[in-house]
Amino acid sequence: MLGYIVGRLAQALAVMLAVALVAFLLFNYVGDPINNMVGQDATTTDRADLRDQLGLNDPAPVQFGRFLVNAAQGNFGLSYRLKRPVSTLIQERLPATLELVFLSALASLVLGLPLGVYTALRRDSWLSRVVLTSSLVGVSLPTFVIGIGLIYLLSVQFDLLPSFGRGQVVSLGWWSTGFLTKSGWAAIVMPAITLSLYQLTLVLRLVRTEMLEVLRTDYIKFARARGLSNRIIHFHHALKNTMMPVVTIVGLQIGGLIAFSIVTETVFQWPGMGLLFIQAVGFADIPVMAAYLVLVGAMFVVLNLLVDMAYFVIDPRLRVDRAKAAGKAT
Amino acid sequence: MLRRWYDSDLAYSFRRSPSVVIAAIVAGVIIMAAVLAPLISPFNPFDPAALKLMDAFTPPAWTEEGKAIYLMGTDDQGRDLLSTILYGSRISLLVGFAAIAFAAVFGTLLGVLCGYRGGWLDNVVMRLADVQLTIPSILIALTIDGVARTALPRELHNEIAIFVLIFAIGIADWPQFARVARSAAMVERHKDYVSAARVIGQPSWVIVLRHVLPNTLGPVLVLATIGLALAVLSEATLSFLGCGMPPTQPSLGTLIRVGQSFLFSGEWWITFFPAMTLVLLVLAVNVLGDWLRDALNPKLR
Repeated sequence: MLGYIVGRLAQALAVMLAVALVAFLLFNYVGDPINNMVGQDATTTDRADLRDQLGLNDPAPVQFGRFLVNAAQGNFGLSYRLKRPVSTLIQERLPATLELVFLSALASLVLGLPLGVYTALRRDSWLSRVVLTSSLVGVSLPTFVIGIGLIYLLSVQFDLLPSFGRGQVVSLGWWSTGFLTKSGWAAIVMPAITLSLYQLTLVLRLVRTEMLEVLRTDYIKFARARGLSNRIIHFHHALKNTMMPVVTIVGLQIGGLIAFSIVTETVFQWPGMGLLFIQAVGFADIPVMAAYLVLVGAMFVVLNLLVDMAYFVIDPRLRVDRAKAAGKAT
Repeated sequence: MLRRWYDSDLAYSFRRSPSVVIAAIVAGVIIMAAVLAPLISPFNPFDPAALKLMDAFTPPAWTEEGKAIYLMGTDDQGRDLLSTILYGSRISLLVGFAAIAFAAVFGTLLGVLCGYRGGWLDNVVMRLADVQLTIPSILIALTIDGVARTALPRELHNEIAIFVLIFAIGIADWPQFARVARSAAMVERHKDYVSAARVIGQPSWVIVLRHVLPNTLGPVLVLATIGLALAVLSEATLSFLGCGMPPTQPSLGTLIRVGQSFLFSGEWWITFFPAMTLVLLVLAVNVLGDWLRDALNPKLR
């Protein structure tokens, strides 16, 4: 158990270092940072002085070490485009993205779970067929097409919901929330639907396959033989074992939601981190790109780590298998 | 030969399911139309002499103000939408096929080698694949594009955008191929025919390429079919975000991005038809991929 955790931690650290290295290489070698900082009329000696001052003449490992220390303190320098500290920019945008991701994950779970269970239990009903067919369409619909369709339907045709922005936000300390105003809720509906639809189909299909698999096992047959009611078998015995892989996959997919929020935020001009990143890519604003990569990389690593730990805690079989495998290997 | 194929299990399960046949026809028609675009498209949308600004924003032919020669209407520059879609799907499919071919060849070779050889190479490559799989591929592709944009001058970047895209999408997809090919190769490695080949003294690269590799191609083919749909989607997404094909050489994603701005003024068709083409194509390829996976899986028979 301890060895497993230490191994996972070491791997997480390695991933983090790899991401930081990519960000560092971006920072130092793509484009010339000096050019982006000084004006047109700076002389060659000015540039050389600044280069010395910033330590850009130090050996690369020393620079990487300094980059790591700065990154750990959340210091990523100034944005080339906006001339403001990257950390403040990210801090302003973080709440918007996290609220969107949270709501989407919640929606996909709340809808996907019951639909998955239903399609598994009533395999041949017409409703199941409709749900399954539309889920295949859902997988094939690109996120941005869903978003554009919603905008055309609900904003252009019926003028029900705003097509861009976050509406009015309320500041709670540095966190700005849209959950406390009516316009905030109206603004988040369409982006949240757009972002959650793909996730929803994923959860639905996963729950269905897992449920079907579990229903075929011996202990369900035994429970039936004992004469337990369907309701108890389905929801007490079967669903419990279905939930384990579902919880872990959903945990991992939150990382995917954060990445895909880039697309959703672009469609709806949602003022989150994804929009910041895509604008940074367009303007070659390296400090913002580097900071986004490190931050999102850290989120993925933490999520993965939590999911692995959860898997280990939830499923006792895994512990036994691992012990056996380890015994065989040595 | 044809007879034998017609009688095979694969062909039987194909004929038996109408949705798969329809998907194959839809995918076939779109791919053929894209390949033959220069021959069959009514206009050449990239010929500046053929542009008629007078005809800009013509709605589709069946609406009141539509003109019969522009079946799907025209865009803001008076280009025939059907023609731009034909040329756009050509670029989308080209990028999709090339990217998935790149990922499949690179990933499969590496995977087979890892599975056959094992040892430190296997360890290093698979850890690398693990690390890459933690990060969603769209983010990797975006970063590669951002770097290319910064490192290259703008005109050059527009010119080689298609290669940057192919590389970015392909490199984001290789770990899955490597994993599948590796596990297949690890199974094959211990079979008798491999030992026999070794006994008669064949060098290991011949064994890997001529004997092990062909036996790992089944799962790789399934992955490549589903991967094609994903690669076309990735290309469209990147182009939609403005990080893919430039408007001078539009793919379906670029067309949707450009058309999106006209949605509010009521010119819905400029974005609707490219989007529909994309959805139909991806849906058809997805259905085919699902079918292929089930048909080649002996457990489900």
